[in-house]
Amino acid sequence: MRVRNFAAALLVALVLISCGGAKQADVIKVGWFGALTGDQAVWGNNEYNTVKMLFEEINAAGGVKVGDKTYTLEAVGYDNKGDAQEAVNVVRRLTSQDKVVAILGPNASGNAIPIAPILEGAKVPDIATVATNPKVTVLDGKVKPYNFRVCFIDPYQGAVAAGFAYDVLKARKAAILYDVSDDYSQGLRQFFVENFKKYGGEIVADESFKSGDVDFRPQLSKIKAQNPDIIFMPYFFKEVALSANQARELGMTQVLMGGDGWPSDQLISMGAAAVEGSYFVNHLDYDDPDVADYKARYFKKYGIQTELNGYLVHDAVLMLVDALKRAGEPTGEAIAKALETTNIKGITGTIKISAQTHNPEGKDAAIIKIVGGKYVFQQKYAAK
Amino acid sequence: MSSYIEGIIMLSGINLIAVLGLSLLTGFAGLFSFGHAGFMAIGAYSAAICTTILKLPFAVGIAAGGATAAGASWLIGRATLKLKGDYFCIATLGFGEAIRLILDNFQGLGGARGWPGIPPSTTIWNILILDVIGVALLANLVRSRHGRNMIAVREEELAAQVAGIDVFKYKMLALVVSAAYAGVAGSLLAHYMTFIQPKMFSMVKSTELTIIVIFGGLGSISGSVLGAVVLTFLPELLRAVDKWRLVVYGLAVIGIMIGRPRGLMGGFELTPASLRRHFADRKEAKAAKAAQVAEDAELGKDGL
Repeated sequence: MRVRNFAAALLVALVLISCGGAKQADVIKVGWFGALTGDQAVWGNNEYNTVKMLFEEINAAGGVKVGDKTYTLEAVGYDNKGDAQEAVNVVRRLTSQDKVVAILGPNASGNAIPIAPILEGAKVPDIATVATNPKVTVLDGKVKPYNFRVCFIDPYQGAVAAGFAYDVLKARKAAILYDVSDDYSQGLRQFFVENFKKYGGEIVADESFKSGDVDFRPQLSKIKAQNPDIIFMPYFFKEVALSANQARELGMTQVLMGGDGWPSDQLISMGAAAVEGSYFVNHLDYDDPDVADYKARYFKKYGIQTELNGYLVHDAVLMLVDALKRAGEPTGEAIAKALETTNIKGITGTIKISAQTHNPEGKDAAIIKIVGGKYVFQQKYAAK
Repeated sequence: MSSYIEGIIMLSGINLIAVLGLSLLTGFAGLFSFGHAGFMAIGAYSAAICTTILKLPFAVGIAAGGATAAGASWLIGRATLKLKGDYFCIATLGFGEAIRLILDNFQGLGGARGWPGIPPSTTIWNILILDVIGVALLANLVRSRHGRNMIAVREEELAAQVAGIDVFKYKMLALVVSAAYAGVAGSLLAHYMTFIQPKMFSMVKSTELTIIVIFGGLGSISGSVLGAVVLTFLPELLRAVDKWRLVVYGLAVIGIMIGRPRGLMGGFELTPASLRRHFADRKEAKAAKAAQVAEDAELGKDGL
């Protein structure tokens, strides 16, 4: 009985804690959500840490002036395990209980798509970080009024990868290995295939595996038999390292190519010599002088290197602050309206939001090559 | 009511329907399934086809979702219900994963990238109405001859067969009904989320449903109701403990399973009649104790 009373008391306490929260007049609450647990936790924690760091800096510098009042920013962040149902729960919580005026994140397209109706109901805008699926902001030809993003989209990324492979690397025969159970991987594969064929190239092998697989030798052997010029690997760093190692063990010497799922310190430590000389499409150049300052500040505060997501959420914060200043009042509707006319210089490039698509327009992709265990910037490449 | 609380109530109502079905299969017919998310997926995609592509009303979508899931379960049942115990469990696990992978590969319905733009037809009211219908149907089924036959099969298959019960038929009935429940839950989920993705129906979801049934108590409908509500709300309540949320969630489940090994309501049913009986028992026990005390006192007064 005592245990039960204790459990009941604990539950009541939890309800009180989760519902409570003092109100302050001159604070603007901004939501963030993403995966703080689960296999994408590295990126989620990186994003949330960046948001908290930037808000602290902004507040220390006096806050943000909206209309004729100055506000400080407060980040309210929640974990959704990378799960779509929890994404919906969290956004409902942020909009109805925490009363945030805008939301940053998530990084996964599959989490950014189902939250759209709730954002519309609550009139709160969201800026997704690396959600590259076109359907995050545009559905059936109509732009979703409260969904924005700060990154380029999959069709663009696929076109860049295909164009670079054909034009610069002079590849004519490409093979693809992709993760059939992953939405990002399927999307990137589709747009690479379409564009590579358009350029006049040939897809000689199109092999798939599913998330969680660790042995890629059967698929790689089939690819090897076709003797392609390059192998396109549109999936995440862990599988990239494993499959690259196995490809080299099979004696395959082809150049490997990938997308923005690649960049991570773990790719270099796990892949080592196998990924040497590979290329991938990225949102930015890590050695760009524009990003050096943020990189150093993050390292100083948290003692670890920032990941790719950090750069993009950094620019999402810049977008939001800029919109707040122009909005005149700190309400979701006014911010959404201001976001539509965003034209700022972020650390990942110029961010000019198109009112028709809510995507940043004309953001150049960066081509990175792995040389001597380092990410070396090759060139900016815009797809035709 | 804030949209947050409303959302969680809706989600627990949807989970409840799937759990009720699984409760019949696992709690009453004694068959463990780790593939029920597969049936939910079939229901979700069929319902979405009806409402989004064919533009049929939502009610038709729900019915179609339940029916196709039931049909699929009939096919899979024909092939696997002859398998005993653990083997059936493995077969359902394989089935659930197979459904997910087929949907991943099938680009016509969005593939792994998911299917956005499903109309948001699910409301708290149609969930609650279906919940009530679901509980009422199930309660009547398990108290009928068919339900008692299922329990007999669960308790001792051989004896049930000797007594003249068609074991295969009752296992099949339990499977088809439970799949229909899962299909309905899937249709509601699709129109609640307005977006479906094969990833949402992974083995984790199947396991979650089984955990709820066992947590609530095998062979108890009220246990399933309680389990679905508690375990859907718990992760959200635990947001207060931040990063330790899932650790505390796991500990809470373990704690309750140790404290109540048969689940919250194992074998006990919460109905008006059972409540009356419970209170009558307590009253009787109290009266008996009082009588005992009185008797003791009397004897003591006698100076023995």
